[in-house]
Amino acid sequence: MSPREVVNAALLKGLELIGVCDHNSAENVLAVKKAGARNGLMVLGGMEVTSAEEAHLLAFFDDDDDLLHFQEFIYGHLEGRNDEHNFGLQVIADDEDGVTGFCDRLLIGATSLPAEKIVEAVRAAKGESLVIAAHVDREAFSIIGQLGFIPPGLALDGIEVSQHTTCADARERFPDCKKYPVITDSDAHCPEDIGNRFIWLTIEDGTVAEIKKALTGSDGRKADC
Amino acid sequence: MNLNDLVKEFGLDVKTGSGHLDREVTGGYVSDLLSDVLAHGEEGNVWVTLHIHQNIVAVASHKDLAGVILVQGRQPEKDTIAQAEKENIPIMVTDLPAFEVVGRLYKAGIRGA
Repeated sequence: MSPREVVNAALLKGLELIGVCDHNSAENVLAVKKAGARNGLMVLGGMEVTSAEEAHLLAFFDDDDDLLHFQEFIYGHLEGRNDEHNFGLQVIADDEDGVTGFCDRLLIGATSLPAEKIVEAVRAAKGESLVIAAHVDREAFSIIGQLGFIPPGLALDGIEVSQHTTCADARERFPDCKKYPVITDSDAHCPEDIGNRFIWLTIEDGTVAEIKKALTGSDGRKADC
Repeated sequence: MNLNDLVKEFGLDVKTGSGHLDREVTGGYVSDLLSDVLAHGEEGNVWVTLHIHQNIVAVASHKDLAGVILVQGRQPEKDTIAQAEKENIPIMVTDLPAFEVVGRLYKAGIRGA
């Protein structure tokens, strides 16, 4: 998926705000943000990090410097080199879909960081940040799938369920879902899937700060899931 | 010992890569963390796991493993089967749990990496 493809697909589906997360990398995020800004689409910049337990966590930052700083931290705990035949090309693009480089790190790999350390690092950002346990209803790469539960005290802002489960079903199936705000989305890995699942947010602008308020239902903001 | 021997000995249900069962098995590895297999699996190993998603094929191909044994009768996903056929990776299913199948592999002469 290229930056322009992502933005065009989102606009076609009528979305106003999207989040962009590559695995263990944020090399393409600023390009998507730029392409989004040019076309009136709000884009939250983030990353889908793989913890040492092989659980996926979504991290979002309002400040691009926080995101890039976080990327350095993640790269420092991610070993190995990509194998393009088996894991695919890891293209870095600009906002016009021009190829500017390739990431040769093993982005499919897991970091050496336990989930707790990743959450800590996200929370240490200078600006507003958001950390969400990804697709907890899935068997693979979800914190509930890997551990069987969400560790008590893990300071998450919310949990995500995939498009295969409704939020109500998730709360029924996984008792831990009652302890956190629940969101759902398409988790699109190709343009056709963008917008297959979405939520309604009542917010003032497309920032992490506003979404955090929506998740907790404060100051009149809300998230309908 | 090759994969064919293991299939016969343990009644494994071959799901993919049936044309590649003559490969010699150099050893065994059991893990449900892909990153662990990426770090410690060795060429020609048979890998015992409960994962059924297509990432197991990428890992097996990258590490040039002999094949993958799925435990507890777990069936590979559709995408996993397609990818394994493309990459010539044998995937075999046993009804046994991991502890049992590893014990039997060991008894049959397969050793850890």
